[in-house]
Amino acid sequence: MIWAIYFAIASLLAIGIYGVITKKNLMKIFISISIMETGVNLMLIAIGYIPGGTAPIENGDFTTYVDPLPQALVLTAIVIGVSVLALALVMVINYYEKNKTLEYRRLMKW
Amino acid sequence: MNTDWLLQHSPALIIALPLLAAFLMPVVDRISRKARNVFAIIVLIVEEILVLFLAYDVFGGNPHIYTMGAANPLTTVPAQAAVPIRIVLEVDAMGIFMAMISATVCLAAGIYSLAFIEEEKGKGKYYTLLLLILVGMLGMELTGDMFNLFVFLEVLTIACTALIAYRSNTGDAVEGAFKFLIISSIAALFVLFAIALLYAQYDLLNMAALASAIQYSNLDKIALVLLVAAFAMKCGSVPMHFWTPDAYSVAPASITAILVAASQASLYALFRVCFSLYGVTLNLSTIGGALIIFGLLSMFVGVTMALPQKDIKRLMAYHAISQTGYMLLGVGVGLYLLAKPEFSTYGIKAMEGGIFHIINHAMYKGLLFLTSGAIFYRLKTRNLNEMGGLGHSMKWTAIFFIIGALAIAGIPPFNGFASKLLIYEAAYKVSPILSIIAMLVSILTLASFVKVFHSAFMGPKIYDVEEVPKSMLAGMAVLTFVIILFGLFPGWVVGNIVHPAAQALADQAAYIQAVIGG
Repeated sequence: MIWAIYFAIASLLAIGIYGVITKKNLMKIFISISIMETGVNLMLIAIGYIPGGTAPIENGDFTTYVDPLPQALVLTAIVIGVSVLALALVMVINYYEKNKTLEYRRLMKW
Repeated sequence: MNTDWLLQHSPALIIALPLLAAFLMPVVDRISRKARNVFAIIVLIVEEILVLFLAYDVFGGNPHIYTMGAANPLTTVPAQAAVPIRIVLEVDAMGIFMAMISATVCLAAGIYSLAFIEEEKGKGKYYTLLLLILVGMLGMELTGDMFNLFVFLEVLTIACTALIAYRSNTGDAVEGAFKFLIISSIAALFVLFAIALLYAQYDLLNMAALASAIQYSNLDKIALVLLVAAFAMKCGSVPMHFWTPDAYSVAPASITAILVAASQASLYALFRVCFSLYGVTLNLSTIGGALIIFGLLSMFVGVTMALPQKDIKRLMAYHAISQTGYMLLGVGVGLYLLAKPEFSTYGIKAMEGGIFHIINHAMYKGLLFLTSGAIFYRLKTRNLNEMGGLGHSMKWTAIFFIIGALAIAGIPPFNGFASKLLIYEAAYKVSPILSIIAMLVSILTLASFVKVFHSAFMGPKIYDVEEVPKSMLAGMAVLTFVIILFGLFPGWVVGNIVHPAAQALADQAAYIQAVIGG
């Protein structure tokens, strides 16, 4: 069961890196970055997971609970990811208005 | 309020003050143009004073610890726990050394911006983002917590991206910003992944606690590779350097000067991870060799790419890559020699050279970018072929440019000479070829700056322009003052500032002990 999660993480990271490297469309590049980000966040959640654990809320009737710190980290990482994505999309709009295209052409300029 | 209180809380204040001021800036901006400028400059000056005040104490030999949210900021490990839980700021000589660079460059760029962006729109947002860059840099340099490092890295990324794209009415500004944003996002994800790998094994985020627990397992090696790759991307070392020329050349010149300091914050994080986090568990000569190869490639590729450039800021950006190579070479040689006990004094010398070069580079490359901005301010072009004869009318700019160019080429009375000499000497102990390549790169650097000087300032008077406004000259004068000061008294600077920083970086045990307490 736990291997399925790590397989999912590896797939998400691989898909994301493949997309960033091969795609020239700006929207696709940022979608790929978001996919990678999901993979990393899933990784953080997965390492804090304990089979059969509950939420760590102090009410006295639990024995095993999951590690809450990775969840706090992931919340922070999601917020950061959203703000980077928002900035990127604003710039994509600006780029489209100037060039009437989403293709990123200057990647190999010297 | 006595000075002890201020000294104890200054690590937190240094980060909190510009953060608060950044978000007050839109409010102050509504009052008047003058209020906004005065507010920005006052904040930057207070920041510089705070950093120097703390630096004076840290260089005196006591690193500062600050635990966020604890009743007593010095209790890093809470009574109920065995390891540090809260976010700990750890300010040792290396961290405060980098903070001095960041604060000084931001002060110079802030003064310079007063006139430089006068005709642009959105000046309130400009200063907000400028202060946020300062927050990001200082946070990365003062923190002792891995996840906090990631958060400040992202603050830095967002603020830098927005300011690179500041002149979004010109087409290529946004393109340069895209490159920076994509590289930075991927680098930040690598860092986060490495943090996840470390946390999974040791349940720790604090760097000092991690350093004392680390086992150097296979997962740790993967995390090290990810961290080194991510920070090398961000600092613009050669295999991952292609964002540098684009981003540096399209940003406003004042921001480019800050971007130099920002990429050095990533360089600092790279050194911090190699020395303080992995430190003695590393095979020192292997990672040192890797840094030497990165450094040589950066030096050589950077300078040869710079020679044929026609865009003045693109040319300087390639030189920034080549100078980053010197720092990597110096510190790489240091790591390599520290592994061999009979050469360890040379190892420290090499690290002093590399670290001294960081501050020198921030000053003279910042100055050169500011002069290129002065030329752009008057001529509205970055193309060297369209310039000429500016020495007749822009005398002060020409003098500042000469000082910067001689300093970057390593000509004796200026500061570049002192740090390069240290690097040549120590690199000679590893292999004479390293020193020869380093000197060759210096000569090529001088050659390309002679070219820039000739095409921009010499020749008959073509353009009827005036000298740039006084605030821009004042910004450049701040950096020139530091260059001349460091050039005239290199021995004092190395002995009192650079040597403690190199020692703090090399001494992993002291770094761990300061937080965990033995």
